Amino acid sequence: MAEKFKLTIVTPDREFFNEEADMVEFNTTEGEIGVYAGHAPLTVIVKPGILTITQGDTVRNAALHAGFVQILPQEITILAEIIEWPGEIDEERAEAARQRAEGRLAERSGIDVARAEAALMRSIARINAAKMK
Amino acid sequence: MASMRDIKRRKSSVQSTQQITKAMKLVSTVKLQRAKGRAEKSKTYFNCMYETVVSMLSKAGDISHPYLKANNSTKKAVIVITGSRGLAGGYNSNIIKLVRNNDWNKDDLIIYPVGSKGRDTFARLGYEMGEDYSDAVEEPIYADAMKISSQVLDDFATGRVGEIYVVYTGFKNTVTHIPTCLKLLPIKIEDERSEDDKAVLDFEPETEDAIDLIIPKYITSLIYGAMIESVASENAARMQAMDNATNNADEIISSLSLLYNRARQSAITQELTEIIAGAQAIS
Repeated sequence: MAEKFKLTIVTPDREFFNEEADMVEFNTTEGEIGVYAGHAPLTVIVKPGILTITQGDTVRNAALHAGFVQILPQEITILAEIIEWPGEIDEERAEAARQRAEGRLAERSGIDVARAEAALMRSIARINAAKMK
Repeated sequence: MASMRDIKRRKSSVQSTQQITKAMKLVSTVKLQRAKGRAEKSKTYFNCMYETVVSMLSKAGDISHPYLKANNSTKKAVIVITGSRGLAGGYNSNIIKLVRNNDWNKDDLIIYPVGSKGRDTFARLGYEMGEDYSDAVEEPIYADAMKISSQVLDDFATGRVGEIYVVYTGFKNTVTHIPTCLKLLPIKIEDERSEDDKAVLDFEPETEDAIDLIIPKYITSLIYGAMIESVASENAARMQAMDNATNNADEIISSLSLLYNRARQSAITQELTEIIAGAQAIS
């Protein structure tokens, strides 16, 4: 197996994660990417989706909604505005939010489409992450 | 000399005030601890954010992006972070003084108040007021900062304002708080290009698009940081003010006790004199 890298995930309120990892996957504005150690330096913007951390045989998931990622060969820093472990997600609330966003998008009248779409993506990411518990 | 009863009444009134200030001091001590903890926890985030933005801007070079240069509006948006309660020493008035004594033309300012003390003062002084976010100041959460930043960035994009400032109280330590005025937009590009390897970062999407996406996050984090520091400063200022008040009450109580004892003694002396004089008159 390839070498490990240091993965730091910080939010404005807490240090979410700070351990060694083998691989990390997440969704960006340019599509989903997976990063191993030794990646070329890069900064990408996050889109709502599932964050997957692989550490040896264990795989951890979290719902990552907004922020950006700084990738260096041996160190990856995720500056997350909103991130949650599956256990922290209220599935019912996410489901309600999804239906609300879908309803708004269906009507398409007098709403902020971009905002509704973002809300829909967030709720879907939450639901998917919650299912991976 | 005031009568014994008056002194006693005054003393007990001071005592009950002292109990209140003591309790307020305890409450703000606890709140300060919590606010301090939060400020420290969020530091990592801001440092990373700052590094990224600096390296991004140094790499971007001379690109002209709306966020980096002033637009034509002479208006200035000022986010004023004060408390919603008084009894915190100079905490609120220092912020207000800082805004008023700046070289700004009063008519150019649009005040976005966070905290009702600032809101009420500037409304009374006849400043132009923007949206009010006073509810956010009790327990600032990141979502509040997002709301404020999207509002001011909107106003910046539509040309309602040409510059954005935030005025807050920086928290240095428990006894030192510095009223600070920070310019948020347009961002000045620092000439010093960082020497370390982080400067060779690549951006995806392209740098211009990345600026579009990252700058709002940067502004949000600055506003959030300002709110957190202000809350810590407010509680520290209140703690100090209440500590002083408690000490002053102690002083007043001890001088009143002295007065009371003197009045009591002189009353006894007088009574004795009267009794003796009466007894002598009879015999």
